[in-house]
Amino acid sequence: MSATSRFHFWRTVFWLVMAAGVVAGFQRFYYGLGASTNLSDRFPWGIWIGFDLLCGVGLAAGGFTLAATVHLFNIKAYEPVVRPAILTAFLGYLLVVVALMFDLGRPYRIWHPLVMWNPRSVMFEVGWCVMLYTTVLFLEFLPVVLERFKLHTAKRLLQGIMLPIVIAGVILSTLHQSSLGSLYLIVPNRMHPLWYTPWLPVLFYLSAIGVGMAMTIFESWHSARAFKRHLEIKLVRGMTRVLVVVIAVYFALRGMDMLQRKAYTALFEPGYERWLFLLEVALMAGPMILFWFDWSRKSPRTIYLGSVAFILGFVTNRLNIGLTSFERVTGVNYFPSWQEVAITLMMIGLGFAIFRFAASHLPIFESHEEEETQARGGEPGVPVLASTPGD
Amino acid sequence: MARAILYDSTLCVGCRECEKACSEGKKLPYNEKVAAEETVSSHKLTAVRTHGERFSRKLCMHCLDPACASVCPVAALEKTAAGPVVYHPERCMGCRYCMVACVYQVPSYQWEARLPLIQKCDMCADRTAPDAVTRCSEACSFEATITGERHELVEIARKRMAEKPNDYYPKIYGIEEVGGTSVLVIAGVPFEQLGYPSSVAKAALPNYTWAALQYVPDIAVVGAVLLGGIHWITHRREEVSRVEGAAAGREVPQ
Repeated sequence: MSATSRFHFWRTVFWLVMAAGVVAGFQRFYYGLGASTNLSDRFPWGIWIGFDLLCGVGLAAGGFTLAATVHLFNIKAYEPVVRPAILTAFLGYLLVVVALMFDLGRPYRIWHPLVMWNPRSVMFEVGWCVMLYTTVLFLEFLPVVLERFKLHTAKRLLQGIMLPIVIAGVILSTLHQSSLGSLYLIVPNRMHPLWYTPWLPVLFYLSAIGVGMAMTIFESWHSARAFKRHLEIKLVRGMTRVLVVVIAVYFALRGMDMLQRKAYTALFEPGYERWLFLLEVALMAGPMILFWFDWSRKSPRTIYLGSVAFILGFVTNRLNIGLTSFERVTGVNYFPSWQEVAITLMMIGLGFAIFRFAASHLPIFESHEEEETQARGGEPGVPVLASTPGD
Repeated sequence: MARAILYDSTLCVGCRECEKACSEGKKLPYNEKVAAEETVSSHKLTAVRTHGERFSRKLCMHCLDPACASVCPVAALEKTAAGPVVYHPERCMGCRYCMVACVYQVPSYQWEARLPLIQKCDMCADRTAPDAVTRCSEACSFEATITGERHELVEIARKRMAEKPNDYYPKIYGIEEVGGTSVLVIAGVPFEQLGYPSSVAKAALPNYTWAALQYVPDIAVVGAVLLGGIHWITHRREEVSRVEGAAAGREVPQ
């Protein structure tokens, strides 16, 4: 397939997905959740929580990991990938909120946690963190827009207060990425023992950092192709090393926990759960073993495929926790309705389309003006967010 | 003063008068079709279940420290001092976390409604008199369901079990389950056989969440200090070069 026909193919797919999503959305809001989803009293959370929320927030984790890498740890080499990561995160969080509007029974009350507090609730904490962090991401992304419209004074003012914003972003992300795991601490008797552990918050946090790296590699690869740029191969190689360490720590913790609580005995119980567990572990641990070898890091294609495997492993893990692990105790074999799938696909499609649009109209990838580098010379120590050094 | 319910499976004859009284009191339709449904739902807040010759009742257990109330992000569920776990529909945004969290799968959703709400047994919280009994207790002619103070009901249960030890499985369900419930159950066979999960945690479920959630303020404060410090250390070189650059450029002494 030539580049043009591939473009037309994906454009057709996109509009088909949007059409299906609109029909499904109408059915969901007009006929209600019962008529449009396979959710029930026994199985009240489906893929809108398991995928759109758990995976959506996780896949957007590159935003805070790269902001921290560049602006707090001062590893300047990674600057070229900060902007795409922040954009992905911002879009990701916006789409998570949109997806939640489909899932909530009364979406017009989504603001209720602002005034009706329950600090004992993990969902309350996640709600606040997601709201505040989306604001942080907006502020972190704003310099790109200001730069596009040449509003240099505003940009400089904003960058003057960027340090506390970046720190707040990393803290908020740490809190809610882990709290998505804490959501499930309340159901020790309902989840399958292969997935329930008091360490869920820490495991969620570690895997989010890993998938943030993997997603950044994934984006760099696709942007390089779409915008005919060369892949930042040195950066990508460096990230695979970090990924190896993050996955290793993740499995060290998960393995020790399974041994100490003897949760591994559940592997010998009959049922399909163990196979899904092994699939998840293979997809997540595979790239770690792969990237351990130097030859794998020489080929951009291998790096790309390894990152995709880890992303798929991460998604399998979240779907297993959100869906699979509840099937045994509830006796429900949940499979999403076409409407649930259509709305999820619509979110993914919107994510790709808006990213593409933003990347072609805003200075996401190209290096920007020389003057910026000089302008910030007067304020050293203050992170200049989402900026690439002038060439 | 905290209201509680004792259900004695050995005295229950399965007449379903409790179901009928509950539905009538809550203005929910009740007919043969509804009576045949042996599970709670948004249109049936208590259900009598048949297990061969025996019966059991399903209703909200009104946990002493309920998971549903702890997880609700808008505090739409509340354990009141009077005993019942009540629902404030005007707060609910429909996230259904309560349904996920409840180990008894009690909160039910109006799936067919365009703007749905949760439905659950509220132990007749509308009857506020201190000595008021629930509609299901009132309707029961066999003392299989009775309302009273929790500690009094425990005494009654112990007395019944002591009088006829052969009729009872020697345990009161709800004393220690999930940290204790306001609905207590006694029966002739192990509770697992009557649809009451026997392997539930003995501690109140919100403790499991709190074990992690309590560290949120610590992570926020320690994390912010740590990250600020890391930034200060890692950006020292720029600071030094700026001072030196300024000194060299302007030729300021020292």
